[in-house]
Amino acid sequence: MDILRFATAGSVDDGKSTLIGRLLFDSKAIFEDQLEAVERTSRDRGTEYTDLSLLTDGLRAEREQGITIDVAYRYFATPRRKFIIADTPGHIQYTRNMVTGASTADLAIILIDARKGVLEQSRRHAFLTSLLRVPHLVLAVNKMDLVDYSEERFEEIREEFTAFASKLNVADLTFIPISALNGDNVVSRSENMPWYNGSSLLHHLENVHIASDRNLVDVRFPVQYVIRPQKATDHAFHDYRGYAGQVAGGVLKPGDEVVHLPSGLATRIASIDTFDGPVEEAFPPMSVTLRFEDDIDISRGDMIARPNNQPQVSQDLEAMVCWMSDGARLAPRSKLAIKHTTRTARALVRDLHYRLDVNTLHRDEEATSLGLNEIGRVSLRVTQPLFVDDYARNRLTGGFILVDEATNGTVGAGMIIEAH
Amino acid sequence: MLQRDYTTSQLDVLEAEAIHIMREVAAEFERPCLLFSGGKDSIVMLRIAEKAFWPAAIPFPLMHVDTGHNFDEVIEFRDRRAAELGARLIVASVQDSIDAGRVTEETGRRASRNRLQTTTLLDAIEEHEFDAVFGGARRDEEKARAKERVFSFRDDFGQWDPKNQRPELWNLYNARIRKGEHIRVFPLSNWTELDVWDYIRREGIEIPSIYFSHTRKVFERDGMLLPDSEVVRRGDDEPLFEAVVRYRTVGDMTCTGAVQSTAATVEEIIEEIAATRITERGATRADDRSSEAAMEDRKREGYF
Repeated sequence: MDILRFATAGSVDDGKSTLIGRLLFDSKAIFEDQLEAVERTSRDRGTEYTDLSLLTDGLRAEREQGITIDVAYRYFATPRRKFIIADTPGHIQYTRNMVTGASTADLAIILIDARKGVLEQSRRHAFLTSLLRVPHLVLAVNKMDLVDYSEERFEEIREEFTAFASKLNVADLTFIPISALNGDNVVSRSENMPWYNGSSLLHHLENVHIASDRNLVDVRFPVQYVIRPQKATDHAFHDYRGYAGQVAGGVLKPGDEVVHLPSGLATRIASIDTFDGPVEEAFPPMSVTLRFEDDIDISRGDMIARPNNQPQVSQDLEAMVCWMSDGARLAPRSKLAIKHTTRTARALVRDLHYRLDVNTLHRDEEATSLGLNEIGRVSLRVTQPLFVDDYARNRLTGGFILVDEATNGTVGAGMIIEAH
Repeated sequence: MLQRDYTTSQLDVLEAEAIHIMREVAAEFERPCLLFSGGKDSIVMLRIAEKAFWPAAIPFPLMHVDTGHNFDEVIEFRDRRAAELGARLIVASVQDSIDAGRVTEETGRRASRNRLQTTTLLDAIEEHEFDAVFGGARRDEEKARAKERVFSFRDDFGQWDPKNQRPELWNLYNARIRKGEHIRVFPLSNWTELDVWDYIRREGIEIPSIYFSHTRKVFERDGMLLPDSEVVRRGDDEPLFEAVVRYRTVGDMTCTGAVQSTAATVEEIIEEIAATRITERGATRADDRSSEAAMEDRKREGYF
């Protein structure tokens, strides 16, 4: 059994909570006491139906205001897969939450109300999904029961959305007509839409191929922690020196020739160690410890790659940045802390090239700063070299966060376009 | 684990993520500690810590907030496990907080030291100047927890502000704090109860005996089976009876209920959990029943 992480975007009006509620309920991930609590609250508030959104709206402030503020993580499993849902609110002011939820997602589900068709909000969600390079996108056309299960309506929406998506980087786009309320095409194929030949949503989630979404080509191992037992658990390890980290790309094997950055020195992997014994291969997302044949000075923040396949080593980055702070704005000359893989440095915003309108994709080159939930293209100068790849090639070595040094808040998420 | 397309099992993915989180903390903080209660989640967390730093010893101490109302079997297990690992175990005692006048014991039949733990915990964090504190909480446990970050920022007062959380993207965690503030770190955030048990089975990890079926004198309160113990106040209208039970969660005796069960092995427990229709906290924790936002309110105050 493997794991599929997916993000859902849409508002309560689109039936998102109902859809999640149904997936959880039909996979037995909602328990009786949770359902009773939701029914009790629905009754207390005078709601006539059992409001499944109460399952996901966890915080008091959210219940009081009837809105979803934050990303909620939900879990369910079928015999085929374990699923982690990052349930993100759909409203524009929560762009940062959608970006957060999408950053680790293998797949995104965007809900569209069949009666309303493709809205500004749907386009925004699709754009963010593509910006964050979520490999698989499902457009769930919901409330098909309210349009008489019309194939024509479904095709209209499909055509309109496909035309828009052609402007984006969407690798795998699937359209599924559903009724979350009635369960049509959610868990099993619906008899109400004989014209639809595709999978049910759950069947698609269970079978979509994600193993090759990881980058298994470019060896990237950001050194996270140096293991040098002061007080070894065993005297045999007295002289042990290992470099621990999580593989961010490629497949590593003992004997492989590798290069250490920033030194540029080449060596070979002597052993790939784990608590459970040495392993013959390491690949994403494994956390392992490498030992090398040569004694090189290696510390946290360094990178291991292949001599003939190295990341860019650069202090000048071009990136798309989503600004997440409601305090200070991002503007040229802003100074921030940057965390990229295991390396932290300081960054200076040299230029803001444009602000992108996430609804129309229009580039506003007159913009002088970015505010909360705004996205723009920036040039950064970093105090130390970073070992980077284009975000499109590797999300782990192409993504970074920006931290406000005064408040210590995480204020920006960046995706590297190119390095110089 | 390894197939031709490099598919990784869910337990391997979760373990790799948790190891990454632990190493991140060890690298970025000066004084981390790991909350170890002897319960199943903290036992799994401790195994992850062993794996993350092997062959070196775990580079931080363990801490237990002891209400003085814990099960003997669990306390014995806690001490033995810490000794086996050669780990330093700090016991922060709620009784000491009461004796020092920091908190006042609740009175009445339902008196519990559950809420008092928060003060003891925060005092200990301050006393030892811990800047990162690992907890075994999982997001599937409770809806306030479903929205909590892996690195959860706490201010000078140990408070959690759910509306002002730091966005968490990819596997990048923001570890920056000022002196006096700290981060609660939850490496098992993405694990479910079943994942924890699957992992215990796969790793062959020892757990305290009260997780397995045994005969115990209990009484019923609010549909929960509470143990016969001098620390649990029982009314005359709450008769004792013998039942075949086990514990699904391990906490303070005054607010942790047993479930009727004949599951005597980890395999049988997994079968039982896979079939159950009640969450672990709903089945066994009186502390979550006081109001709909009971956990959220306690977390805001600085609870685990």
